[in-house]
Amino acid sequence: MTSKSNSRSTSLLIKGGRVIDPANKLDAEMDVLLNDGRVAEVAPRSKIRGSADQTFNAKGLIVAPGFIDPHVHLREPGQSYKETIATGTAAAAAGGFTVVCCMPNTSPVADTPEIIAWITEPARAPVVNVFPIAAATVGSQGERLTDFRALQRAGAVAVSDDGRPILQDEIMRQALATAAQLGIPVVQHAEDTRLTAGCSVHCGEVSFRLGLRGMSAESEAAIVERDILLAGHANAHLHVAHVSTAAALKHIRRGKRHNINVTCEATPHHFALIDENVGDYDTRFKMNPPLRSAADRDALIVALADGTIDAIASDHAPHARYEKEVEFDRAAFGVTGLETALALALTCLHRQHGIPLARVVELFSAGPARALNLRGRGSLSRGAAADVTIFDPARRWTFDAAKTLSKSRNTPFDGWQLTGKAVATIVGGRFAYRAE
Amino acid sequence: MKKSRSLLGIEALEPGEITRLLGLARRLHRARPRSLLRDRRIALLFYESSTRTRVSFEFAAKALGAITTLVQATTSSIEKGESLVDTGLTLRATGADAIVIRHPSSGAPHLLARHLDVPVINAGDGMHEHPTQALLDAYTILRHKRQLRGLQVAIVGDIYHSRVARSNIHLLTKSGAQVVLCGPPGLLPEVAATLGTGVRITRHIDEALRGADVVMVLRVQKERLAGLPLPMDEYIAGYQVTPERLRLAQRDAILMHPGPMIRGVELAGDLADSPASVITEQVANGVSVRMAVLLTALGAA
Repeated sequence: MTSKSNSRSTSLLIKGGRVIDPANKLDAEMDVLLNDGRVAEVAPRSKIRGSADQTFNAKGLIVAPGFIDPHVHLREPGQSYKETIATGTAAAAAGGFTVVCCMPNTSPVADTPEIIAWITEPARAPVVNVFPIAAATVGSQGERLTDFRALQRAGAVAVSDDGRPILQDEIMRQALATAAQLGIPVVQHAEDTRLTAGCSVHCGEVSFRLGLRGMSAESEAAIVERDILLAGHANAHLHVAHVSTAAALKHIRRGKRHNINVTCEATPHHFALIDENVGDYDTRFKMNPPLRSAADRDALIVALADGTIDAIASDHAPHARYEKEVEFDRAAFGVTGLETALALALTCLHRQHGIPLARVVELFSAGPARALNLRGRGSLSRGAAADVTIFDPARRWTFDAAKTLSKSRNTPFDGWQLTGKAVATIVGGRFAYRAE
Repeated sequence: MKKSRSLLGIEALEPGEITRLLGLARRLHRARPRSLLRDRRIALLFYESSTRTRVSFEFAAKALGAITTLVQATTSSIEKGESLVDTGLTLRATGADAIVIRHPSSGAPHLLARHLDVPVINAGDGMHEHPTQALLDAYTILRHKRQLRGLQVAIVGDIYHSRVARSNIHLLTKSGAQVVLCGPPGLLPEVAATLGTGVRITRHIDEALRGADVVMVLRVQKERLAGLPLPMDEYIAGYQVTPERLRLAQRDAILMHPGPMIRGVELAGDLADSPASVITEQVANGVSVRMAVLLTALGAA
């Protein structure tokens, strides 16, 4: 794209699609007019007043607010051999995401305004919006808070020590209290790492049989319980990353019932897979939190349906082949997931478990927007960012990891037959992705 | 790729394969070994220290005429940071026809087998399995008992960290023995009962030993405890096999231990030298069992 075409104001009319906009309780055949990077109109066919330079025929497709992934690892700065912001966001666009929130466990850790600003520079060549989540403590060491205000000014939308959970009560309390003043959430990877040293899978029958040390469900649930208590006291917003156990969901449900500002996300791999899928030590199935029991998976699906879980997050965690083709207990944690998240949600949640399409759309749009307090995102309200995801809920396709746009291929879903795929991803009124 | 000839664990074996391996070991034990593996190259890849397993694999291979080489973590490129897969590929490229691997990580033999077209034999992987130990234990039991089916076998001690226990539980339950596990909760989680059909758990050693035909004692693996608090005197009081406790077992019960044995901890005094003990015999039987495993893996059985 030349700078000339970038500067030209554009308008796009998306015609004839089924518009699902959960934030506005809308589910009807509508046209959507985008103008100047904003949503200009959403109206029944022929009621659109404005005109457009470009038209997209969305007949038979779902037109949704741009999807937001609240939890990805783009690996820059410092680990561009795994992924770059350019390649990661290309994969995001292909998966239907218009916004990705990237975690700060980069090298160095994203704990200063300078690093946050570097991540958001146009020079990184992002294809979709990149909203960084900054480290909550210096170096994510869990000891001293970073400068939340400066980080927010530089573009951070939340703080987290993802992967290195904040264990000290007092530090977590300070983080929540400080973040509350700024209106941003503290995102916690809930794992009591004092209980999980050397663990590589979920603690249960499978871990015992394989002779692998297992992470207990309690190691997640105990931190969630404490954090909710602290968030309640501080009147702060806690966002629980990748919740994976029935025990943790119980605490989140109770917290919500007591009107504590707690939100949470779940990943496609946790609702599509269980610990048994690890098979004979297949490291493509190793991530943190680990794949849990069938009962945990079932509890997750219930919570995705009933609203306890606010958002779906891919926890896209690319790794080089040589970091995965090693002994199971030495292999890196994490799987890629940006290109398969939507299809897994449609296949597992919608088709297999009957969760309505509108709810699936909400989990990708209004849900994460609310969970990370992203104003002007996650809806097709007039004036909202012209981020639109257009997908075909019935398209059958096979995911081929060899063709991924990510730099890495550490996916457990290679060769999976899926139903539902992004057809076009529109970011700021322009096509970031169009399926052939 | 003929991966099927690898021996990665007992779990994947059919009862018939177990019987066949034990029968072959019995024939090899009687016959003078012949050079059935003449000039075949067997790499012994040991990432963990070992005395009896390494030596008995080596003797077994050499008795069959094979050439062996020992590759150890501390004296090879492994120390320089070479990955397991690369080390395996290097051994393959130098002409290894089979690889025997001992490794501290559970599943390491599976990783190697996935990347190589030569048989991989698991000589103990982390806390997972030690299939040749279970085979030689079964072989030893069968030299004293008519059959495995219907035997009551007590396995006492650190089950959680024990690859020997896991392989034995698989083998014994597949063969129709009644397995009773005994140990403190930290070393024997309830989930252990799910490993095989009919596995029972008790925290009382008297209950485990009463009526047992076979008593297997396991070492407390201090190197794998990983911060688990375990007061030794309490362990000894609760779980040490003593002459008095052993009297609860059948009169002709045999006492087994896979070694290395810490006298005075899991076994009292000189019990290892008592008439019931077949501990030395276990070691001796390891050679014929490993000959049978090597012959089978290399398609020469």
